[in-house]
Amino acid sequence: MIRIFVDGKPYDIDPKKNLLDACLGHGLDLPYFCWHPALGSVGACRQCAVKIFRDEKDTRGRIMMACMTAPAPNMIVSIADPEVRDFRAGIVEGLMMSHPHDCPVCDEGGQCHLQDMTVMTGHNYRRYDFPKRTFRNQDLGPLLNHEMNRCIQCYRCTRFYTEYAGGKDFSVSKLRNLVYFGRIEDGAFESEFSGNLDEVCPTGVFTDKTAKQHYTRKWDLTFAPSVCPHCALGCNISPGERYGTLRRVVNRYNGEINGYFLCDRGRFGYEHVNSGRRIPAPRARKDSQTAEISKTEALDRFSTLAAAGKLIGVGSPRASLESNFALRALVGPENFYAGVSDAEHKLLGEMLAILREGPAPASLREIELADAALVLGEDVTNVAPRLALTLRQSVRQLLFDNAEKIGVPLWQDHAIRELAQKDHGPLFIASPYSTKLDDVATETRRAAPDDIARLGFAVAHILDPAAPDVPGLADDVRAQAERIAQTLKASARPAIVSGVSTLNVAVVRAAADVARALAMAGKQVSFALAMEESNSLGLAMLDPKPLGQAFAAASRGEAQAIVVLENDLYRRAPAAAVDAFLGSARVVVLDSLESPTVQKAELVLPSTPFSEADGTLVSSEGRAQRFFRVYPPAGEIQDAWHWLRDVLGLLARPEGLSWSKLDDVVEGIARAVPALARIRDAAPGAGFRIAGAKIPRAPHRFSGRTSMLAQIAVSEPKPPEDPDSPLSFTMEGAPVEPPASLLPFFWTGGWNSIQSVNKFQEEIAGPLRGGDAGVKLIEPAAAPPSYRNSVPAAFTPRQGEWLLVSRHHIFGSEELSAQSPAIAQLSPQPYVALGAEDAAALGAASGASVEVKLEAAAARLPLRIEPGLPRGVAALPAGFGPLAGIPLPLWGRIELTR
Amino acid sequence: METPLTAKIRPDGEMIDLAAYERAGGYQAARQAMQMAPADIVEVVKKSGLRGRGGAGFPTGQKWSFVPSGPDSARPKYLVANGDEMEPGTFKDRVLLEGDPHELVEGMIISARAIGAERGYVFLRGEYTDAGERIERALHEAKSEGYLGQNIFGSGADFDLRLHMSGGRYMCGEETGLLNALEGKRANPRAKPPFPQVSGLFGKPTIVQNIETLCNIPHIVEKGPEWFQKLSLTGDAGTKLYGASGKVKKPGCWELPMGTTMRELLEKHAGGMQDGVQFRGALPGGASTDFLTADHLDVPMDFTAVAKAGSRLGTGTMIVLDDKTCPVGMVWNLEHFFAQESCGWCTPCWSGLHWAEEILAAIEAGRGSTEHLARLDHICKMIAPGNTFCALAPGAAEPLQSALKYFPEDFERHIREKRCPWRDGR
Repeated sequence: MIRIFVDGKPYDIDPKKNLLDACLGHGLDLPYFCWHPALGSVGACRQCAVKIFRDEKDTRGRIMMACMTAPAPNMIVSIADPEVRDFRAGIVEGLMMSHPHDCPVCDEGGQCHLQDMTVMTGHNYRRYDFPKRTFRNQDLGPLLNHEMNRCIQCYRCTRFYTEYAGGKDFSVSKLRNLVYFGRIEDGAFESEFSGNLDEVCPTGVFTDKTAKQHYTRKWDLTFAPSVCPHCALGCNISPGERYGTLRRVVNRYNGEINGYFLCDRGRFGYEHVNSGRRIPAPRARKDSQTAEISKTEALDRFSTLAAAGKLIGVGSPRASLESNFALRALVGPENFYAGVSDAEHKLLGEMLAILREGPAPASLREIELADAALVLGEDVTNVAPRLALTLRQSVRQLLFDNAEKIGVPLWQDHAIRELAQKDHGPLFIASPYSTKLDDVATETRRAAPDDIARLGFAVAHILDPAAPDVPGLADDVRAQAERIAQTLKASARPAIVSGVSTLNVAVVRAAADVARALAMAGKQVSFALAMEESNSLGLAMLDPKPLGQAFAAASRGEAQAIVVLENDLYRRAPAAAVDAFLGSARVVVLDSLESPTVQKAELVLPSTPFSEADGTLVSSEGRAQRFFRVYPPAGEIQDAWHWLRDVLGLLARPEGLSWSKLDDVVEGIARAVPALARIRDAAPGAGFRIAGAKIPRAPHRFSGRTSMLAQIAVSEPKPPEDPDSPLSFTMEGAPVEPPASLLPFFWTGGWNSIQSVNKFQEEIAGPLRGGDAGVKLIEPAAAPPSYRNSVPAAFTPRQGEWLLVSRHHIFGSEELSAQSPAIAQLSPQPYVALGAEDAAALGAASGASVEVKLEAAAARLPLRIEPGLPRGVAALPAGFGPLAGIPLPLWGRIELTR
Repeated sequence: METPLTAKIRPDGEMIDLAAYERAGGYQAARQAMQMAPADIVEVVKKSGLRGRGGAGFPTGQKWSFVPSGPDSARPKYLVANGDEMEPGTFKDRVLLEGDPHELVEGMIISARAIGAERGYVFLRGEYTDAGERIERALHEAKSEGYLGQNIFGSGADFDLRLHMSGGRYMCGEETGLLNALEGKRANPRAKPPFPQVSGLFGKPTIVQNIETLCNIPHIVEKGPEWFQKLSLTGDAGTKLYGASGKVKKPGCWELPMGTTMRELLEKHAGGMQDGVQFRGALPGGASTDFLTADHLDVPMDFTAVAKAGSRLGTGTMIVLDDKTCPVGMVWNLEHFFAQESCGWCTPCWSGLHWAEEILAAIEAGRGSTEHLARLDHICKMIAPGNTFCALAPGAAEPLQSALKYFPEDFERHIREKRCPWRDGR
């Protein structure tokens, strides 16, 4: 820490930060545009100018850009100096020269950094009296709107998109005041992180196109602290609602997880909530007629069924712990089954065991600091997208060391990139198919899942001879394993990443062994296992039985009824097996959207999507996080655990009588499942108050509350109550900052845009004040983990058969986001992929119609040629297409359609 | 009077080839330098007092001494000749490039030796196609003789030298913009520090040097620092390629002792003003230098004296303004150039120069106001050195701020009469 003086006041700051960062970190208002805490300093906009004085005697001082200035001990700085204030006003005047001043019709209005900074500098009258420059805008696909006329040339967009996120289809062109940020031609962005441009852009050049369909100003939205439901990473989000529909999702900073950025699935996948496929009311089938019924009747029917005999409960990896636990309570732990395929169930169980034994799971922040990484069998970009963005940053760690050697501070982003050029730190990726991270990989290997596992075991064995050896390894694989092992050995903070992509237990075990071997060697290992759904790990921690056993029990006629919680079983098992299962007993389904499983139900109970629900999710990092409803559900829709609680109540079961609010269920879980005891601390309970008041979900400028529903009744209705949380549904409440887990949105005086997150952090880009949200449930184990001998045999291609593996797609593979129109538009068509050699051997060209025959089903699909896919391995898209329900990998035949 | 830089240039305009160059003593300095320790070459250049001829006048030897040396230093190191001569009114490097390309090659061989550079580039203005052909020929000749490539002059050192023709933007002549351009990127300037000497081309230690600067090196090595200092009339050492354009009788480019006065340049070498026009002022060193007026005609044209007079020596090639040419129109033309060439990186430059161009066009067209004059003053303040990312905009401010200072009446008359007095006849 060093001491500097800003306008006469002393501040202690970290000398490794730049002066702008230091000033903002102390809550000083210094306007800026091109600087971004995650993107560093480039000195382009010249907005953060300050005066620096040589010493006390220096009265003139020198104008310098704070973002490009390294602080020195006893530095004398002025933000308020009249000359530098004039300079900053002149900069904004220049930036605003051609700006259209179309705030009233601009989607950014009210959450615009340019507005905030313009007001902060005091510029308000345009003296430029010549024609403004204008541009032609581009159609950039379904996610973002382009309005280049608003551009102020800060270069943040291209720096994020190309430099930070590695995108190749967006760039800057032209010169002078005519610089243009766009694609070579119209078309959808190729990067999976394009949506961040909405927040990275300080004004309205890039705005959320999905939000445009149902636009509402930030000040008129009701927000809630929420967690992304579209993968297992648990990125924190701020969804916004008005008039009972979800309008948009923005990033909610969490220093340990998503930081400043989300993936496009997470940002734009929300629209399923507003879908016409929502189940609006309880309904029941009598004979062949289906009819909506009242809540009372629904509960009556449900409790009658439940009282009549044994129930089979099928849980869900996308439902909260509370809903899953309530189902478990209703059916009994012995009748509670995992709502995932048996292969995934087994794998998740294995993953949970590995994480508990150690290496414990790492946060994204920890992985970003890794100086070498091995990705074993995981397509990170498509399964856990935000993690891919993190790995793309970790490959820069070694370059930081080089920069420090020549005295370049880490915030000087372009200097570091110029020094590094195309160099990057070590990243090894083994996968059956190409991945989006390959462009920053040191080496890649394309291999069948078992061979990927063998490579991993070989690396572990080289690192620690106590780990099992791999017999019969090919020379080139051994040599590669040697290179990987030596590189990891030379690193200080290696990261090992694997996951569910290949659905191969050996792959995950191999990754764990590598991590263990590195831990034994004293390395600070970051370990991550990618999982598919928002509560995959949480469900596994509730210890359900495999779905196959439910099928078997049902086929024996043991069950009176089957209760399916928020799950489409046709995504989990072959259709025939699901048909048989659901045909074997009476079926109750709780869900928010129509699905083939819902169609089979005799009784359908409408439950809440994430934006209308409260609950707790356990991320793949083992982090329990509470999410809160943004707005109360309409009509008789309620959280699944509410339905189940009500039934338990009718059955006079103790849970039903004692669970009056979410905290009661949380307490029930914590008592029943010791591993989940800490979920109590995921967020303060419903009784939490600040100065006796609840925390407002709506901003203080929320308009029209008293008249929003005047067309129905002129008297203002009583605002809905929320017994489950310490949040209120209105703008009334504590005017001070709540704990991070209860922060619905970022907004503070003079900082209306999302850049106001600066004001909520302990230090810039550090944790939110009071600590980031969530509690870790899995801590590093004390005992050193052991190796198990589970090296698989080498993969052998079969004559006339292929090993079909699933390939995940960020857009399309996840159930809920795939039902959001913008995401659906970007989803690929179903296909089967073969390597170039296998396709040639089959005599099939790209796009040819081929027949894929599996034991359980067959389908005709267009052929996609994937160079590099190993011989004997074929890929099918995960989660969509005619064979989506069949858990892969499986052997099957592929024939050219005659 | 010695003219070492231009002495070998043929009067017929053809380039001097390798054989003729060597007959005239060429490549002796390179041979000599190969026997010298690199640090000794740097020392000689330091002692000579040679200052960069690109415009900034930074001491060359001192710049070289910032290149990290020793076995652990980053490799390869690069030497780049900046031949992107795009400064309006400047054509002095062209004389050397077209007339005596081997002098440049030899200068680069010696400089590379001094800084330990193994690779070099001649970054040439895209329109200099004749010079490009001649440099290619010189490179080919030097390579065939083993003066370039591996183990040059049997020294054990390698020096691979190539020509790169610029895509053609003024920004490419800015030291770090040039490096980005050479790497195939947008010619945006880079932040300093780190300086190119430490992290330059492809992130490696790099020296970028003007053509004329490099052409001085063989002579300094051959004849010594004292000789070089004595060439000058003043404290800034060497000869200088001076030039004059505008309505003078004999526009041209001449190698003269450093410190030759503006008057001598104008009256003796450029033959005085054309008949019927009077001298009003001149930009002494290219478009991005402040106007000097008749009061300054006896200022010696060296770095120190011109700076003292309120301008910069710049490239040493002056653009003369006469009394029959509208100063507003002239400045408008220049600011149009600078606005067009702004890379669009930093706000004061891209916004300020565009605004200035618009205002000057309006004044020239009779649509100006006194408020516009206040804006021009303000823009000049906004783009002052230190406020912008690189030197382009502060350079652009120089002719504008000095025109406002020396010719205020001309601006006011445009505004008062709502027309250009020159354009519409007096």
